[in-house]
Amino acid sequence: MIPALFVFAYLAIVIYIGVFAFRRKVGEHPAEDYFLANRALGQFVFLLSLFGTNMTAFAILGSSGHAFSNGIVTYPLMASSSALVVPLSLFLIGTRVWAMGKRYGFITPVQMFRDRWECGHIGTVITVVQAAMLVPYIIIGVMGGGTTLYAISGGRIPFWIGGAVVAMVVMIYVFFGGMRGTAWVNTFQTTLFLLFGAIALVVIGVGMGGFGNAVNELLASPSTSSLLTREKVSPLFFFSYTFIPLSSINFPHMIIFCLTAERMRHFKKTVILYPICMLAIWLPAVFLGVAANRATEVPAIRAKLEARQTLVSQGEALSQEERGELRAKSAGDDILLRLLDHYAPLWLAGLLGAGIMAAVMASDSQILALSTMFSEDIFAFYGGKERFGERAQVVTARVFVIALTVIAYAIALKFPQPIFDLAVQYAFSGYSAMMPLLVGALFWRRSTKWGALASALWAAASVVAIAIFQTVVKTPKVVWSIDGVEVLARTPAGTSVFGLLPVVPMVIVSALLMIVVSLMTKTPSKKTVSRYFLQ
Amino acid sequence: MKRSLLVIAIIALYLLHQDFWFWRATAPVVLGFLPVGLFYHVCYTLVISALMWALVKYAWPSRLDERAGEDDLDSPAPHHPFTLSQTEGRDE
Repeated sequence: MIPALFVFAYLAIVIYIGVFAFRRKVGEHPAEDYFLANRALGQFVFLLSLFGTNMTAFAILGSSGHAFSNGIVTYPLMASSSALVVPLSLFLIGTRVWAMGKRYGFITPVQMFRDRWECGHIGTVITVVQAAMLVPYIIIGVMGGGTTLYAISGGRIPFWIGGAVVAMVVMIYVFFGGMRGTAWVNTFQTTLFLLFGAIALVVIGVGMGGFGNAVNELLASPSTSSLLTREKVSPLFFFSYTFIPLSSINFPHMIIFCLTAERMRHFKKTVILYPICMLAIWLPAVFLGVAANRATEVPAIRAKLEARQTLVSQGEALSQEERGELRAKSAGDDILLRLLDHYAPLWLAGLLGAGIMAAVMASDSQILALSTMFSEDIFAFYGGKERFGERAQVVTARVFVIALTVIAYAIALKFPQPIFDLAVQYAFSGYSAMMPLLVGALFWRRSTKWGALASALWAAASVVAIAIFQTVVKTPKVVWSIDGVEVLARTPAGTSVFGLLPVVPMVIVSALLMIVVSLMTKTPSKKTVSRYFLQ
Repeated sequence: MKRSLLVIAIIALYLLHQDFWFWRATAPVVLGFLPVGLFYHVCYTLVISALMWALVKYAWPSRLDERAGEDDLDSPAPHHPFTLSQTEGRDE
């Protein structure tokens, strides 16, 4: 229970920071102040909070769990590819969005699209697509809070209370603090990740008798030596995973966050240090996940390894339900918590648990982004701001924050997590497939609203199609092949198209649609286009 | 010239991510605990940071920064054009 008390103390600090510590007098533009912290975030807060915004529970807990099952491939698969693509996107796209936002007063990406492509309702369609793919993340965030508090308290705090507490804390500081409160909380949380990640690595390493020993033991056993290679994934799968980080800049909360920097030069240190931050967070998380395969003295981990062994040795003889049960037992999402529980002293496990809690609470910026989109792209666009004024708009956004949190909590209690895990898994691909919108708006004069609509609808339709396909075809098999070439297959982890992840054809077709449909339709006026291309 | 080199460096770095030559390699174990495949990607991440530094140093879009705060009188900025009434008829 002591670690849970540390977590509650941490939650109290988070509320203090989010609500009180950086409250300022609201100026003449309350909407810009609430949604974008008045476009005035400094260098340090911009870097750490942008990084924290992009690091979800998956980065810490999920990456350790993935590494526990798949080995060191987790780092190049998810971290080093993002370390290249995300800062490059910030450099090329983030800076341009910032400049256009500063100049023309945009608060959301759809406002930019509406202006750039001279459209109205098409912007609404894009808002709906973006919002639909973001909602599962918020639900997962609530679930993560519930399960983490349950695990940290040793089962004393039930899921429904844990989820409610975390959802309530996030709601309070997003409601009162808006973007400024959220950014400062994210800064605090990222500092905790970085600090506690390093401490956890040292403490667990010492507890396990040194990582050199663990690695040598893994190497010595034929069943575990493959964890130190990339044998568990195919080169095509590995290649196609590099398309996933394209999603990052297309997440509404990320692109909105780009508008909060006070100066464009704040992007400089952010793009340079982003890869280092990735290294500092992901390397310990992945390494600990792999090393956990030797932590057989931890009962919970031994049970996972035994379940995995049974799955390997008797898998084919088991029913689908039994295999599913064993897969769930062998999953490693709580592996870091188990390691901390066993190797760290109680007080330190509490502090580190608070650090993990920080990772789980990444839904704040997503809730704020959805509220911003609702308020600007729907409420204000359809006349609410003109009719009721800007202060009423902010009140509406705050009410939306409460409504969204309550709905997400209710859904989190009612439905099983795997549904939302699946939605999140393919929402990444969906956001990657939205990339042609930003690239077209900012780099291609000839792009049109119809091209943008075609890309957005394709992104949404392909996500839905994959979800239906995986629901209908549950067991791994080749569904369609031509002359022995595997075109479409159901794999244990999802879907493959020509051996690639679906994200690759999704992005390529989306880009083709943007090009072909734009070339067939009328461009916006020269006057509008010239405002986006400075030379 | 500098920009071309930077573009080539970005493409090269993307290709170097696909290090199939270390796919099944476990040895050497660098510093006694890092398998070579992981060590390669740790170094790779550090090289990305160096590339980002070069991009910021040699290809920073300072023109965007200069124009961000300017008022463009020839084509005025639509500071609040975001209502349906101002976009009527656009989507037909």
